[in-house]
Amino acid sequence: MTIVITVDPLAGTAVPQRRRQCRWNTPLLAGSALFGVIVLAAIFAPLLTGYDPIKQNLGAAFLGPGSKHHLLGTDELGRDILSRLLYGARVDIRVGVLAVVSPLVIGTMLGLVAGWFGGWVDAIIGRIVDVFIAFPPLVLVIALVFAIGPGTTSIYVAITLVGWVAYCRIVRAQVLIAKEQEYCIAARVSGLPTWRILLRHLLPNVVLQAIIYSFSDIVLTLLAIVTLGFLGLGVPPPTPDWGTMIQEGQQYVLTMWYMATIPGLAIVLTGLALALIADGIVEKVNP
Amino acid sequence: MTAPVLEIRDLSVEVVLPHGLLHAVRGVSLTVAPGESVAIVGESGSGKSLTLRALLGLLSRPVRASSGTILIDGVDITDLPSKQLHRKLTDTMSMIFQDPLAALNPLMRVGDQIAEVPLRRLGKSRAQAKVIALDLMTKTGLNDPEQIYGVYPHQLSGGMRQRIGIAIALSAQPRLILADEPTTALDVTTQAQVLNVLRDLQRDEYLGLLLVSHDLAVVSETCSRLYVMYGGKVVESGPVVDLINEPKHPYTFALLRSVPDPDHRVTKLIAIEGEPPDMAQPLTGCCFAPRCPFVTEKCREQEPPLGLVANAAGDAGRRSACWHVNEAQEWAAIVSEQMGDARP
Repeated sequence: MTIVITVDPLAGTAVPQRRRQCRWNTPLLAGSALFGVIVLAAIFAPLLTGYDPIKQNLGAAFLGPGSKHHLLGTDELGRDILSRLLYGARVDIRVGVLAVVSPLVIGTMLGLVAGWFGGWVDAIIGRIVDVFIAFPPLVLVIALVFAIGPGTTSIYVAITLVGWVAYCRIVRAQVLIAKEQEYCIAARVSGLPTWRILLRHLLPNVVLQAIIYSFSDIVLTLLAIVTLGFLGLGVPPPTPDWGTMIQEGQQYVLTMWYMATIPGLAIVLTGLALALIADGIVEKVNP
Repeated sequence: MTAPVLEIRDLSVEVVLPHGLLHAVRGVSLTVAPGESVAIVGESGSGKSLTLRALLGLLSRPVRASSGTILIDGVDITDLPSKQLHRKLTDTMSMIFQDPLAALNPLMRVGDQIAEVPLRRLGKSRAQAKVIALDLMTKTGLNDPEQIYGVYPHQLSGGMRQRIGIAIALSAQPRLILADEPTTALDVTTQAQVLNVLRDLQRDEYLGLLLVSHDLAVVSETCSRLYVMYGGKVVESGPVVDLINEPKHPYTFALLRSVPDPDHRVTKLIAIEGEPPDMAQPLTGCCFAPRCPFVTEKCREQEPPLGLVANAAGDAGRRSACWHVNEAQEWAAIVSEQMGDARP
């Protein structure tokens, strides 16, 4: 008896079904929803409150939360706290997000170059990184803003100068792992130009950690801006800003506790939203 | 006679360790003629993969090539500036990797990965590159290439990934393909399919193939000539059929007897006793001597050269690094007797 076994040469080459995967998970959903609400509230601030955030009304000063015309009360100059909170979100979130973009880009590029080429390139970039790491970052930001002069531009410059270091270190470490992976070796062996390997093959595979970090970095930047505002080095008054609000409120913290607490809570909520988004991304990538 | 597409002369690779040098590859020479399929076989640590990596300039500290000459089409390219050397190498040859998942960029559609070299290096247009990629996918036995073009590596099975790997290697229009254990990560059925694809392509496109493997079955299916490596040296070389039927080096002999063979009624398999040589020690005598069942005093004292083996039909291009080549017939008889098997 002969058993004939036919082997289909194309067996196992069926087209795979595109995997239906869950795009959302709980932290990502919760974080995005919370952050979305905050951003929408900032964008539509004029519709949500009828008060001008910088208009003073000394006759209506120090009203507590839940008062008749002012939902969150008024401050020492009779300005509506809800208005100031919403308009302040516009400034703080915009500056926070934008101030993270340039360090992310600069740090990622330098980390990519340092990790890939190694040798003296790595040594030079590494020493510069060490110099920046040696200083507490917030102190450095405060010193830089103090030197350049208060205002949003100097906040961008100072945070970029200090912030790229973290991204550079994260990306460099990732590159050191990734460049020994076979897909990188394969790209080298295929004779593609170096810039192409770096941008098309290496970057997408190493940038994720940096992006995740950037979410917590927005929180840190937000805190830095608030700290600067608190020290009087931030966004110049009378432009509303959470840091300035806390600084003004702290003089009255024993009697009018809500003046400093409400903007403080806004910072906590924003930070929570961003941290949840970062967690959600991590969970999505490494289930 | 045409010049070999690739010739390596006297390649040595060493690893710099804190307490000294480890000689991982010791003077390996090999040639691949145009359209020829050649295999390097050896156990783990015999230096076969390092030989390929050294050839492509992929060694990084603390591993370095200490000597060696590379000739492409008979032209020595060793002393070219590194950029030109890299270009010459990548123009001539491409590589297939052991683990097809690791060798594919996880974040890039597989079709784009095949089209990348035609698009970025060979100056094709986007549309032409896509046609080339689809064509290569068909050639490597992927049906419905249009569908597969847009998927990511993790969505494919192991065999499909390796077909993509082969397609990527072919996309550079090489004249020589280097394959580092291309089927080790695959299951046996898939292995056979992928090997068929590789062999057919090699024949149809008149490609040179340099296959590194530890699997004699894979090699005998695919290749026509064989280099057996042991302890960082080539110990025997020649046509695959001759080497398998009539090994002239005790290591090859033992290697063959350690694999089950359905055509012969072999009752016992032989394990090669002992361990591979310590590469950090200087070598005296034959590197296989400590494990060789037929070892003599001369083997321990003097290193045998990789000499031509003359046989009845004259020079068949066979070489063996053994002092006792002419006693090969007797080994078989001794072992058969000891094992009591019916192998002729």
